[in-house]
Amino acid sequence: MTTTIPLSITVDGEQRDLDVDPRTTLLDALRERLAVTTPKKGCDHGQCGACTVLVDGRRVLSCLTLAVAKDGADVVTANGLAPDGGSHPVTEAFLANDAFQCGYCTPGQVCSAVGAIDEARRGMPSAATADLAGDDVVLDRAEIAERMSGNLCRCAAYVNIVTAVEEAASR
Amino acid sequence: MKPFTYARPDEASDAVAALVADPDARFLAGGTNLLDHLKLGVVEPSQLVDVNRVTSTEITELDDGTLRIGAGVANSDLAADSRVRRRYPAVAAAILAGASGQLRNMASTGGNLLQRTRCPYFADATTPCTKRSLDEACSAREGWARYHAILGASESCIATHPSDLAVALVAVDAQVQVLGPDGARTIPIGEFHRLPGDDPTRDTVLEHGDLVTAVDLPAPAPAVTNSTYRKVRDRASYAFALVSVAAGLEVRDGVVADVRIALGGVAHKPWRATTAEAALRGRPATDEEFRAAITAELEAAEPVESPLGGNAYKIPLVTGTVVSTLRGLAGGTS
Repeated sequence: MTTTIPLSITVDGEQRDLDVDPRTTLLDALRERLAVTTPKKGCDHGQCGACTVLVDGRRVLSCLTLAVAKDGADVVTANGLAPDGGSHPVTEAFLANDAFQCGYCTPGQVCSAVGAIDEARRGMPSAATADLAGDDVVLDRAEIAERMSGNLCRCAAYVNIVTAVEEAASR
Repeated sequence: MKPFTYARPDEASDAVAALVADPDARFLAGGTNLLDHLKLGVVEPSQLVDVNRVTSTEITELDDGTLRIGAGVANSDLAADSRVRRRYPAVAAAILAGASGQLRNMASTGGNLLQRTRCPYFADATTPCTKRSLDEACSAREGWARYHAILGASESCIATHPSDLAVALVAVDAQVQVLGPDGARTIPIGEFHRLPGDDPTRDTVLEHGDLVTAVDLPAPAPAVTNSTYRKVRDRASYAFALVSVAAGLEVRDGVVADVRIALGGVAHKPWRATTAEAALRGRPATDEEFRAAITAELEAAEPVESPLGGNAYKIPLVTGTVVSTLRGLAGGTS
């Protein structure tokens, strides 16, 4: 028998306490233990991005994160991006631009887009950034496609996803 | 996944001691590669020792101009650091050429160097692999060898090292700071990763319990400030290298004063192209010289012929990529 370890995390603004087997990923803790099913399990190997959440403000893959290693962390899913249950500008841009079909990858796409826009605003470069030494990032379509490459969409709604992120970033 | 226990020490020496006391324990940093391998059954540790509290997340400049990168610095923060971007552009470009935004936020500097090969047979516990067990045979030699090594391979293993960062670090002569059971030591990055020889289970010269604490970038030479990283892959983003080149060039009066060339995707470790570098120093910075130099380097290449797809294509691909990259660094169109 493996002993469980106590864990306290904030999920979408609410403090949650639970005991977990050390093998439990953050994704499984959220979905199977806390019934927070917003992040999705796609590949479960860090290849598809469907499980993307924000941990302490940064986008990460919850399927490759051990829950025990995130004791005390602030976890935000696509459902908790806006205060008071409202709608986040990125979510609204996805709706306005038809940036999904089946929707399975969408919570991960939205969290990833929020993280990517924040990274660009902080001047963090990407492989598509022409001037690596520069301080400013212009989020054009090539930059967005590169920065969102960790989120796969099997419906291939990419064209509209890029448009949605472009629109949300310009607000 | 087999059960394991979890520990999160507050001192680096305690983390090292925890591994020394348990031959089946592993360090956990960003976890991006380790978690995947736990799920696949590629590794089955008894204990994970979380080193996130004991490895620095700071990048500091030392008195001699060295830039010291804490082993816990996230890949995304390393690539975004303005000193790294301006003084060591190949390093920033290499990181940004790898993985995805999410993974770069998670992956650590130390862990990036210690990631395992993406040989599909290594990741598939149902197929024989010498890197997983010396009692088994290599499945890649007669199998799907498209991603595999053309330089420095052995009969027992033709895997390549997957890190982009490590290739750039080799080109800039980085030093790896290690804390082990007997204290701290420094390992030049060029001596950090191994060729497979008859023991492909070992990717690096580290012993069990050795903890990477920092990576030092020496004060940049002109050829390092004028450096870049070029990666060729099957899709435009989020894919491992078929081949890659980290190169730096200093040209004076049309002549190569200094040159650095390291190759990724061609060997069990980042491959410093010392033959090509020696051939180029003091020679005119022209396409003809670049081509002759990398051709001389690749005379040692031994491509794998396989019914499921070999890798002889890497020889012209490396040649063209190196020539184009050096031409760009010399001021031409890359």
